[in-house]
Amino acid sequence: MSEIIRRDPRKEWIARNRLHPDHLSVLAELGEGSSAATEWMGPNGVVRRNPHAVGFIGPNGIKRIDRSGVQQGGHAATGTAEAKDSRRQVTIDDPAFLVAVVPDLPGGRLSSHDRDLLGLARQLADADGERPGAVLAVIFGSTNGEGFSEAGIDRLIALDGDDFDGYAPEARLAALAAVDGEFSPRHWLLPDSKLGGAELGRRLAARLRERPATGVWQLERDDACALGWRCTARGAAGTTDIQRTLPRIVLALAECAEPVSETRHAVQALALSQSLPPLLGRIDDLGQVAVDPAGVALAEAEFILSAGNGVKEWEGFHQAAKVLGATEGASRVAVDDGYMPRDRQVGATGTWVTARVYVAVGISGAIQHLQGIQSCEKVVAINLDPGCDMIKRADLAVIGDSASILASLVEMVQRLREERRDAA
Amino acid sequence: MRPDTHDTAARNSGAQASAALEVAVLVSVGRHPVTGRARRADQDARGVELALALSEARVTLLHAGSLDEESESAMRGYLGMGLPALTLVEQPPGADVVPALADTLSDAQPQLVIAGERAEQGEGSGMLPYLLAERLGWPLVSGLAAVEKVENGVATLLQALPRGQRRRLQVRLPAIVSVDAAAAAARQSAFGPARRGEIEVQPAAVEWDEAQAEWSVAPARKRPKRLKIVKAASARDRFKAAAAKAEGAGGQVLTDVTPEQGAEAILKLLKEEGVLR
Repeated sequence: MSEIIRRDPRKEWIARNRLHPDHLSVLAELGEGSSAATEWMGPNGVVRRNPHAVGFIGPNGIKRIDRSGVQQGGHAATGTAEAKDSRRQVTIDDPAFLVAVVPDLPGGRLSSHDRDLLGLARQLADADGERPGAVLAVIFGSTNGEGFSEAGIDRLIALDGDDFDGYAPEARLAALAAVDGEFSPRHWLLPDSKLGGAELGRRLAARLRERPATGVWQLERDDACALGWRCTARGAAGTTDIQRTLPRIVLALAECAEPVSETRHAVQALALSQSLPPLLGRIDDLGQVAVDPAGVALAEAEFILSAGNGVKEWEGFHQAAKVLGATEGASRVAVDDGYMPRDRQVGATGTWVTARVYVAVGISGAIQHLQGIQSCEKVVAINLDPGCDMIKRADLAVIGDSASILASLVEMVQRLREERRDAA
Repeated sequence: MRPDTHDTAARNSGAQASAALEVAVLVSVGRHPVTGRARRADQDARGVELALALSEARVTLLHAGSLDEESESAMRGYLGMGLPALTLVEQPPGADVVPALADTLSDAQPQLVIAGERAEQGEGSGMLPYLLAERLGWPLVSGLAAVEKVENGVATLLQALPRGQRRRLQVRLPAIVSVDAAAAAARQSAFGPARRGEIEVQPAAVEWDEAQAEWSVAPARKRPKRLKIVKAASARDRFKAAAAKAEGAGGQVLTDVTPEQGAEAILKLLKEEGVLR
C-alpha cells in the first residue's frame, strides 16, 4: 500500500510556481523537512530537482552556489558527516583463517608501507567471499591505535614491554614464534623495509623453516598453487622479476597493494594464552648514538629546521639548530641572499625532503617550497604573517617574531636537558 | 670505527684476546647493474673493508660457488684488496649453498662472520646470514655500519638505521653480522695482488635447490606508478584535489601568544614526535 506513489497535482503545481505564496512551504513539505527542497521523488519514480532552490543569496544580493557544502548550514553539515561515516563496518566473527601482519609502526603510527601491506592482507583474507579470513596485526611497543580500524585490522595482538624496546630482534622473534604456534596463521606478511620488517621477517622465516618470498610487489590468484596465489617478486638486487607460488611468509615492498579505504574493521584484541618465557638476550642495545645533524643528507633527515626570508638573526637560528639537533634547511630566498649554502635548499629546485618534523622559520611557502615538503609528516610554521600559504599547510603555526620564539625554545630545551641530567 | 685510537693497555689486552680473532668474510659474485658483467659485489666488498679495518684480525675470505672465468675475475677483485688467499667451497650452479657454508664455518670456528645484505645475482633474498645464524645458533646483527671494538669476546658494533641514524650494540662472539650500504666504501682492488692471490678450492657435499627450478625469472619490469585516486562526491572536491595546493588537515594556529607560549607548543609537538634527544 505504502509503496504506491500518490501524487498531489495541486501541490506539484505550487512547487513549480515560484510566485505562489505557499511555494516555499510546499517545497519544504515535498523535501521532507529541509528548508527548501532541491530534490524530491516525482510521480513516476523519477527524481526531480529544483535548480532554483540550490544555493543562497550572498551579501550583495547575488545568488551563490557553494558545492563544498560548508556554507549551507544544517543540511550541508549532515552531508559531510555522512561522507565520513560512509565506510562500511565489517566484523568477521568466525574467520576461516588468519592473515598475520607485523607492521613497522615507525613512531607508533602506521606508515604508508604498513597500510599497503594491510591492503594486501585484506586482499588475501577477502578473496573468498563465503569464508572470509581475518587480518591479525601483531604490534610491538606502545601506540595510540589511531587509524587501525580504517587500515583494515580485524584482530590485534599488542605486545608491550621493556623486552621489545629498542633493538630486540630475539625477543620479537620469540613472540612471533609463539603467535605462530598458538594461532597458526595461513599467511605471514611483513614489510620488506629497513625499519625492521625486513630483518624480522627473515628471522621468522629462518626460525619457522619456511622459504619466504622477498621483495613481493604483485599478487594474483592461481588455484594450481598451494595457497591459491602466485606472486611476482624482485630478485637479484632488484634487477629481475621472479614469478613463483606464494609461500607462507611474504616480505612485500611498498605499494604492493592499494590500502583499505572503503571499510572499517573491528580491532578486536587478542592475547597469547601463555606468557613468553624469559629470554637470554645475546645482543645488548646501548642506545642511539648522537650523529652530527649537519652530516645527515637533507633528503633523509628526520628533523629539519628550515630558514627563509623572515629570519634576520642567523646566529640564533644556527644555535637553535645545534641545540635541537636538527638538520638545517633553507628556502630559495635565504640561499640566494647568501645566508645558507646551495645544498641546503629545500623545494622543487633544491632537495625534496622526507622529514618527520619540518620546522619552517620565516618561510611564507612558495608553491615550489611546498612541493619539496610534500612528504613531511608534521610541519611547524613560525611566521609573522598569519595569511601565508605555509600556515595553511602547517600542523602547528605560531604567529610571532621568529628570533624570540626560537630563543625561548632553545632555553626550554636546555632547561629540559639539565633537569634530565640532574635526575639521572 | 677507528681501531688505531685504542690506548696501549687496551691494545695489549686486545692482542691477547684478539690475536685469535678469526674473521670470515662471505663473498659472492656480483653483477654490474649496467653492463651485467661479473664483479665483486658492492656490499660484500664493504664487508671485506670492514674486516680489514679491524686491528689484529685474521681475515679469511669464503665463497661458495663454481670456478669459471667470470666468477674468478670477481673473486680476484676481492683478493686485490690485499688478501693472500680465498677459500672456494665448490658448489655447482643451482645448489643450495647454506649447508656447505654452515659445515665449513662450524669446522673453521671463526669468531666473527661478515656477510653482505643480499646477493646481486640469483634470488637475492638476503636469507643466507639468517639461515646460517639459525643453523649455527649464533646471534646475528644486521645492517652494520662499523665495528667499533672487539674485547674479551664481546664486539661493540655500530648499526646503521634509516635516516642516517646510528645505534650502538654489543654482541657476544661468535656472531654473524651483515653489512649495510652505509658502511665505509671498499678500497680499490689492485691488479698485482689480485693476480698473485690464491684461490683454494675445497670440495663439499652438494644439496640441490629444487624450488628454484619451478620459478620463471625475467628481467625486472618497471613497476606501474600508483595512480592518485580521488574518491570525492562533489565536482568541487575533485577539482580541488586535482588543482589545489597541498594543505594540512586544518592545523592549529596560535595567534597573539607570547614567544614563551609559542615555544612551549612547539616543544610539546617535538616531544610527542620524539625527535628531541
